[in-house]
Amino acid sequence: MKKVLMGNHAAALGAALARVDVAAAYPITPQTQSVELLAELAAKGDFKGRFVLADSEHSAMSILLGAASVGARTFTSTSSHGLAYMHELLHWVAGARLPVVMVEVNRALAAPWNLWTDQTDSLSQRDTGWMQFYCATSQEVLDTVLQAYRVAERVRLPAMVVLDGFTLSHTYEPVDVPSQAAADAFLPPYQPPDILDPARPISLGGLTMPKEYFRLRRRIDHDMRRALGEIAAAGRDFQTQFGRGCGLVEDYRCEDAATILVTAGAVGSTAQEAVDSLRAEGLRAGCLRLRVFRPFPTQALRACLPPRARLAVVDRSYSPGASGIFFQEIKAALYPSRREIAGYVAGLGGGDITVEFLRDIWRDADAGRAVADDPAWVEDAR
Amino acid sequence: MRRVEATDALPVQLVGDQPTSENRTGDWRSQRPVIDAARCTGCLICWKYCPEACVTRTDKVPVILMDYCKGCAICAAECPRDCVAMQPEEAA
Amino acid sequence: MKPSIPAEELLRPGHQACQGCGATIAMRYALKGLGPKTILVVPACCWTVIAGSAPRSSVGVPLLHSPFAAAAATATGVKQALVQKGDLETQVMVWAGDGSTYDIGLQAWSGAADRGEDILYACYDNEAYMNTGIQRSGATPRGAWTMTTPDAPGSQRPPKDIGAIVRAHRPAYFATATPAFSEDMVRKFQKARAIKGFRFIHVLSPCPPGWKYDPGETVSLSRLAVQTGIFPLYEVEDERLRLNMRPAKLKPVEEFLAPQGRFKKLTPDQRRAIQQDVERRWEAWAA
Repeated sequence: MKKVLMGNHAAALGAALARVDVAAAYPITPQTQSVELLAELAAKGDFKGRFVLADSEHSAMSILLGAASVGARTFTSTSSHGLAYMHELLHWVAGARLPVVMVEVNRALAAPWNLWTDQTDSLSQRDTGWMQFYCATSQEVLDTVLQAYRVAERVRLPAMVVLDGFTLSHTYEPVDVPSQAAADAFLPPYQPPDILDPARPISLGGLTMPKEYFRLRRRIDHDMRRALGEIAAAGRDFQTQFGRGCGLVEDYRCEDAATILVTAGAVGSTAQEAVDSLRAEGLRAGCLRLRVFRPFPTQALRACLPPRARLAVVDRSYSPGASGIFFQEIKAALYPSRREIAGYVAGLGGGDITVEFLRDIWRDADAGRAVADDPAWVEDAR
Repeated sequence: MRRVEATDALPVQLVGDQPTSENRTGDWRSQRPVIDAARCTGCLICWKYCPEACVTRTDKVPVILMDYCKGCAICAAECPRDCVAMQPEEAA
Repeated sequence: MKPSIPAEELLRPGHQACQGCGATIAMRYALKGLGPKTILVVPACCWTVIAGSAPRSSVGVPLLHSPFAAAAATATGVKQALVQKGDLETQVMVWAGDGSTYDIGLQAWSGAADRGEDILYACYDNEAYMNTGIQRSGATPRGAWTMTTPDAPGSQRPPKDIGAIVRAHRPAYFATATPAFSEDMVRKFQKARAIKGFRFIHVLSPCPPGWKYDPGETVSLSRLAVQTGIFPLYEVEDERLRLNMRPAKLKPVEEFLAPQGRFKKLTPDQRRAIQQDVERRWEAWAA
């Protein structure tokens, strides 16, 4: 059924359709509507799981740690400082191999205070062992929540479904909401292994020696890589059942492109418009959107890039003293390469990245004006 | 050097599903409790206060499992008849 | 007369606690009171080690380790998930030290208490960060030596009044307990088991290396803490407080202080001040 929803509502409906057993969350702008809708659905009986309004994000994720350890399917949503406050638990939940799914709304980190979209918050959690999906539309948010549970439960790792603050979280779009029966057909019930049960008294998370710890970490890496295939398969199955969806990366008019804009999140949709307008002028433009950041889709990325195409990586994130975070990752994934890869840091703290702005960036890269190693910090001159 | 290959044979989790009884903490002991069987009334106060849970209940004189007793001497201190003596390990 | 506490043992020998550890006697009694249908949540504390290294476990009930500040929230999740699965019987107990309870995990249990979560929170209080090597916590008594209060006269501040903090949340049940009073302690865990809602038991747990005394004196110090009025045994139900032990005459606090190396540098004035503190509180309660 088509409904007009904001991204935050799509997130909450995804959780309800996934038949989540325990959801726990703490409010933070711009994530609040997902918490409010879940509470409302729980009050009306449309959400059959238990909803706990936690005393902090740290506690919210700890509640999910406990719930998932007795076999519950679990959900939370957060943003920015909330995600940073959870950091300790992100490592813990991944190390405990619990398939928690979290919706994370991108927002810049203080100081100074800023409420608007910026991907540095989620990208800073790169090394915690969570899968990360970046969504371009509210439809994709809902669909990805369902897919994330399926993948997470198969590889026993948690997943973060990321969307842009305000740009996506608060923008109303038509969203096709699957029926419960259709969602159930796609997402089977969770069959948890090794759960806490008085009938089989085991301990979980106890002190572990270096050799065993090393092997457990090797296994996480193995399963994270295995997730690439699982994500692609979940995307294909979703496409078959619902007639929409995408895999690890989304490439657009890249086949003969001379220069390709690389983005993640809602900017991916804007980039397609920019490419269409450049193409209308006879320019060989293309764009590519990374939907999955962890595990990093190296092979999928390489497969859709023409050999000589220049890349213009547009980052709404940065690592001080280095560069935009996607820029670093893409250079590393394509190494060794003679390809020109230019990095552009843009729109931190919620600055608009418009079609015109992206056209400017594309032209700059296409003209070879970018310095190879240093990213350009660019703002819209209009 | 040995490569640790990525395979499904690697453990996903290491759960605590075995008792600690393999740890013979009796090795820690420098003095051991010896119960004077003639004076023991079997009141089980030594059983009650043992931090190791290594005093076995019997009808009369309790048996202390020396594999685990760390020699803390709480039983000796708490015995109401004062009939638990702590003896240096060498002498025991 | 045989002890009346249950014979069933859910604490296993071979655990790695120090000699004479009060916190292991305390766990024995807690599990005797709660029985096998219990899930433990243990944040970073001495019991992280005592519980055993994987793949071993020193308790015969399921145990979930949690981050330091996370215990009560983790237990919330365990309980909520059990209820969602239809298991209304299994008890969920947090077993946390004083560092986790008085300091870093205070917000999480305050939140759980405020939500009225149906969990039992037990704090085994050894009055400092003992697992990390004896640093001052919010539970450290005035005048006690620790590694971070090394100069005479030790800790400058009195400990937080955890009973008052907990009671301000209006829990379903609050009690104090200590291992010397075994029957009283087991009874309180049995009683807590039968009550629904947020329950809190504060257990004074003597620590031989941290308090600097001979390990054999753990139970006698636990007893003296009550007999001197340093650690009164009481219960609070329906916001009504009931003293469990009312000695006709309190023993001098010096009997509790003297065997402990951590109080060695207390001046006579400080000792008198501690005595006066205890008497003042006792008079207020006796009234």
